[in-house]
Amino acid sequence: MLFSPFEIEETLRMFSEENLDVRTITMGINLLDCADSDPRRAAGRVYDKITRSAARLTEVGAQIEAELGVPIINRRIAVTPISMVAGASLSGSARAGSASTMGPAVAGGRAADGPLLFAETLERAAQEVGVDFLGGFSALVHRGLTPADERVIRAIPAALSTTDKVCASLNVASSRAGINMDAVQLAAGAIKEAADRTRDRGGFAASRLVVFANAPEDNPFMAGAFHGPGNPDTVVHVGVSGPGVVQSAVRQYPDASLDTLAEAIKKTAFKITRLGQLVVDMAADRLGVERGIVDLSLAPTPAVGDSVARILEEMGLEMAGAPGSTAALALLNNAVKKGGLMASSRVGGLSGSFLPVSEDEAMARAAEQGVLTLEKLEAMTAICSVGLDMIAVPGDTSVDTLSGIIADEMAIGVMNHKTTAVRIIPVPGKGAGEWVEFGGLLGRAPVMPVNRASCTGFVRRGGLIPAPVTSFRN
Amino acid sequence: MRAVCTVVGKDKPGIIAAVSTAFSERSVNILDISQTIMQGFFTMITLVDLAGMSISLEQLREDLDVLGEQIEVRITLQHEDVYTAMHRV
Repeated sequence: MLFSPFEIEETLRMFSEENLDVRTITMGINLLDCADSDPRRAAGRVYDKITRSAARLTEVGAQIEAELGVPIINRRIAVTPISMVAGASLSGSARAGSASTMGPAVAGGRAADGPLLFAETLERAAQEVGVDFLGGFSALVHRGLTPADERVIRAIPAALSTTDKVCASLNVASSRAGINMDAVQLAAGAIKEAADRTRDRGGFAASRLVVFANAPEDNPFMAGAFHGPGNPDTVVHVGVSGPGVVQSAVRQYPDASLDTLAEAIKKTAFKITRLGQLVVDMAADRLGVERGIVDLSLAPTPAVGDSVARILEEMGLEMAGAPGSTAALALLNNAVKKGGLMASSRVGGLSGSFLPVSEDEAMARAAEQGVLTLEKLEAMTAICSVGLDMIAVPGDTSVDTLSGIIADEMAIGVMNHKTTAVRIIPVPGKGAGEWVEFGGLLGRAPVMPVNRASCTGFVRRGGLIPAPVTSFRN
Repeated sequence: MRAVCTVVGKDKPGIIAAVSTAFSERSVNILDISQTIMQGFFTMITLVDLAGMSISLEQLREDLDVLGEQIEVRITLQHEDVYTAMHRV
């Protein structure tokens, strides 16, 4: 026999008991060649390009799933940030005045008719090819806003509340450009309005909007996936998910020192990532598109035994958020990267541990008990993880406070030269301690309290927080 | 394609006979076979070649599920590449 019974048993256990799966096969599609001065013609081309490029995506996904005997949970599409494509059709600013004079309020309605045509087109195309999500109703505005960027951002609340599959993202900061505080305010306004427009579903639409610093242009995970301008025409990426497998590996070393634990995690990450590499190779060959990246991120789901917080508990913490959490997470993330990087020559995307409060039952429980706070989560994102993810906050949290929270998270990313992101949901009509249910992979979460001290005077100054120097690193 | 088929369950007479008969009826060729007891469970591992198989992969999976229920074992089938990728550098 080529494999030992123990190797076979280990792999079987990973799939049957530890929730190992391929979270997503995500096809990146360039839409730059669809631009046209006539918005209807551009939208028609967008629809054609997506439905043509991804015609076989769900079929090939199912084929690989059946052949390998490996669950593949989602098929997704990431497209060129739509503001780049729609720019040719959306001439003129949404409102008079330059970016620096814009208030935080977001205008929907008539001004957004143009971008909404694209949102509706993306939704139709996603429905047609049968994918679970389509990301890329996006704008890259870390240095400033084009008129099209501004119109797309202002249309985000309407776009997300009238579609089911379309996801939006904004890159408002980078380590080379600094933090665009005007864009931060616009983003906060969009989050607030998206939540308000879906108040009957707990502000659900805000869960499909991510605000980034240093956004990766090859990320297969939602809601932040988009097809960056540096990519080939079509490409396929894979995101693997195995928190349960890592937890189980840690469980086998109850008394081991932390360096021994790091070794065990590394080996497990290698195996998980190799599976991702196998799937990306097969998918690229069969779809006839370029091989993309494998994203190493440990992505939890609300299922018991598929939790990043449980790994921290297994390492010896009573709950995620306890003192030592930042250090434990640093060890975990670093070991996952080291194992994963050897397993695949094309690692990319976010490749950090996700800490989505609502999507991780043990994380949600720690938040409910007040062990895991917004501030501790923020600290944890400084060394690992992708950011403040799927966090429910009181519905009366002001746009200025949201701007402050976003700005803090962006500062961590910009100054540490890493990706950070904010996906936060101000749940309409709910206060701290109440629970909100998003359903499915998005799970449920307690509304977390937010520091009530004002940051209005700071965030409303607007302008740009300059980029950091790369020497004198302390 | 070659696949690893694993049969796990409570040990009793006739498991190997039932599974190998099912393979034979569907022109699935057994390349290697081993049997062991792991954590108290009967575990049979076979490496099979599906190239000459007389039915579709989906059908084979369904048939193995039905057979598994009949003889009270869990039968899984995974591409050989999954194991090569995960366990061989």
